[in-house]
Amino acid sequence: MDTTGTLFMPPGQSTLSGEVDSLFYFIFYMSVFFFVLIVAGTIIFVYRYRRRGKAGLTSGVSHNTTLEVTWTVIPLILVLIIFVWGFKTYMRMNVVPKDAIEIKVTGQKWFWSFDYPEGATTVNELVVPVDKPIKLLMSSKDVIHSFFVPAFRMKMDVLPNRYTITWFEAIGAGNYDLLCAEYCGKGHSEMLGKVKVVSDREYAEWLEKGPGTGEGLNPVDFGAQLYKSKACFTCHSVDGTPNIGPSFKGVYGHKASLEKGGETAVDENYLRESILDPQAKIVAGYQPVMPTYQGVLKDKQIDALIAYIKSLKE
Amino acid sequence: MNNNETANSISFLSEPKGLKSWLFTLDHKRIGILYLGGIMFSFILGGVFAMLIRLELLRPGPDLVSADTYNQLFTLHGAVMIFLFIIPGVPAALGNFVLPLMLGAKDVAFPRLNLASWYIYVVGAAFALYSLHSGAVDTGWTFYTPYSVQTQTSVVSMTLAAFILGFSSIFTGLNFIVTIHKLRAPGQTWFKLPLFVWALYATAIIQVLATPVLGITLLLLILERLFGIGIFDPAMGGDPVLYQHFFWFYSHPAVYIMILPGMGIISELISVFSHKKIFGYKAIAFSSFGIALVSFLVWGHHMFVSGQSEIAAMIFSFLTFLVGIPSGIKVFNWLSTMYKGSISLETPMLYALSFLVLFTIGGLTGIFLGALSVDVHLHDTYFVVAHFHYVMMGGTVMAFLGGLHYWWPKMFGKLYSSLWSKISVALIFIGFNVTFFSQFILGTKGMPRRYYNYLDQFQPLHAFSTVGSWILGLGFLIMFVYLIHSLFRGRRSGPNPWGALTFEWTTPSPPPTYNFKETPRLTHGPYDFDKIAVEETK
Repeated sequence: MDTTGTLFMPPGQSTLSGEVDSLFYFIFYMSVFFFVLIVAGTIIFVYRYRRRGKAGLTSGVSHNTTLEVTWTVIPLILVLIIFVWGFKTYMRMNVVPKDAIEIKVTGQKWFWSFDYPEGATTVNELVVPVDKPIKLLMSSKDVIHSFFVPAFRMKMDVLPNRYTITWFEAIGAGNYDLLCAEYCGKGHSEMLGKVKVVSDREYAEWLEKGPGTGEGLNPVDFGAQLYKSKACFTCHSVDGTPNIGPSFKGVYGHKASLEKGGETAVDENYLRESILDPQAKIVAGYQPVMPTYQGVLKDKQIDALIAYIKSLKE
Repeated sequence: MNNNETANSISFLSEPKGLKSWLFTLDHKRIGILYLGGIMFSFILGGVFAMLIRLELLRPGPDLVSADTYNQLFTLHGAVMIFLFIIPGVPAALGNFVLPLMLGAKDVAFPRLNLASWYIYVVGAAFALYSLHSGAVDTGWTFYTPYSVQTQTSVVSMTLAAFILGFSSIFTGLNFIVTIHKLRAPGQTWFKLPLFVWALYATAIIQVLATPVLGITLLLLILERLFGIGIFDPAMGGDPVLYQHFFWFYSHPAVYIMILPGMGIISELISVFSHKKIFGYKAIAFSSFGIALVSFLVWGHHMFVSGQSEIAAMIFSFLTFLVGIPSGIKVFNWLSTMYKGSISLETPMLYALSFLVLFTIGGLTGIFLGALSVDVHLHDTYFVVAHFHYVMMGGTVMAFLGGLHYWWPKMFGKLYSSLWSKISVALIFIGFNVTFFSQFILGTKGMPRRYYNYLDQFQPLHAFSTVGSWILGLGFLIMFVYLIHSLFRGRRSGPNPWGALTFEWTTPSPPPTYNFKETPRLTHGPYDFDKIAVEETK
């Protein structure tokens, strides 16, 4: 259990998380007050007026205007305060600061990809500088997803037919969980990522180097890194267990029977085709759910992934 | 009337005999019991699904079932509990039995329509069971597009089931509205109606006005799947968010179809077992109507992060807070009713007190979700799951069980074990809180709903919640055992075991086929415990 943060909330790491938490705790303590009032009242009445022997006639009191007005007006005032308070922060969540860095977010079954203004693309890892507003322009390639970062108290649905926009500004460096909050099918609970908040300098260096070039790695190690960073693991295991897609283990060099009949040799060309045009040859027993990686992976990355798959022998 | 006479009179249960006499009965009491059978079956089915879900979530990662099966389980749990159990639960089962009795009437206004509504319920349930058999559904009970248009599972038969069940609900609502208008006993003016009747009336209005919208929506979804008409599917120029608007336009008022009749039961129970005139009769009656009307205007609060405009979000948030006020007023009224009463802690009252505690938590946590900025964080997390279960299970189900235990002696003429029923209600109350309070914390910590797998940091709370579901399950198991036992071995009940003042307690338990020997005349209000000395006839 995460013991940092408060009893209810995880540690807040965005400029707006404090505001959300204060309203949360305002409502919380107000609720505790009313809950104690009602439960204490119940217990006292049940004890004090418990039936002893036969029930006789009881008091006929059924109105008390002062009391009734009080318990209508006080809650009304309280909820109006909460309404205005919640609305104000909500507006701040929706109005993007002018100088924000714009990053394109794409949700699809079942991973996130991020396109940076400088041209880089990452999968399941959003790298951003600390203390800078980040605007997210989001859309989905298939069903509805929802971009949820608990540490930033932010959430916005990602829709297939239009862009949705939200923003945040992280106040501390670190890695924060990113989760899909709108049910999207079999891999919904695996549609996880990280928001990596780094210093300005690190961010600039990272952009400079270009993410995912595999500098200084041999192809197999680079492929292993891509297997994680491009979220292949969501659907393909490396230990032989079939998941949403076939396992990578020992797949190279064998023959696979196909869903529409016949079979194919699993060689470099088949692997490449399956990455770029996944629906072309579906292995028997699996559903045609894999998205294309055309444009997401560069040639060198595809080479590395194939090398990695080849290294996973039985 | 004494016990001897009760035993000798011919009850609706014993005459006429034979299966046919039940399947073609027009008697509202028998139809109520037929409904009760269907509803209890659905409750057990939905409950088993829930237990399996909790068992899978005991530890992260795949344990018991596959991801596909898990997604079907939570969909079926939701669909069965909502459409087959909780919506018809109080009105069609208990309401059907009690409403004409409370009005001093022989039956509902349209007995044949009443029987038809039960058969429609059965046909709808058959479609739901068929969809289970033919590959189940994995969309969540909300059937959100475009997922529901694309998934391979049998969405059509399940939505068709919900579509058909809607008609059953409309028929019951229509029947109740006319019955309440036309069949009240002489002297029973509107403000002398029991509050349960007011609650059923407000519910019936929503049933009749909102359910057709669900019907249209589900029909459009079916057409979309079968013929690709392109209204919701973005691939064809449709708008998936439009579906959400349509769906919640019904389904938010539907939440009040589920809770309002429960509130009606609570008004009866608290007054009767406190032996005290209800506090704020008119406030309670009118607040049901206030809730019913405003409930049509708050659907957008399910969509604060769907990309809807900020102004829409603001209006929906504002109206959401307004709809909360009448519920608060009711809670204060119930509390005040107990003041200076003569409170007896019989089992139905224990359910009413459980309701009071749990519904208060359910209502207060609704405030978090109505506040725009806080909802952004909590939306689609376990906080919503917990809030919903506190209102629906802590609220409606507790009220339903309270009502069931209250009218059980009237329905079957038998008393159940007082000791075992108290053990059971204690287990249910504890089990419920262990199961669901932990989910509030899961939610605020950022655990999204409908997750087959979860991050390791959530494990302790998930395990805690699963243990709660076992306590809850045990409580229900005990309940089923002593209720069934009471049918065969239970002590006979007199006409008025709780000392209540409404009409249904003036006729024998169980009542004769036409309810009353002669049309009763109302001589006092339903809660005049300050004027009428009433004897308990156990």
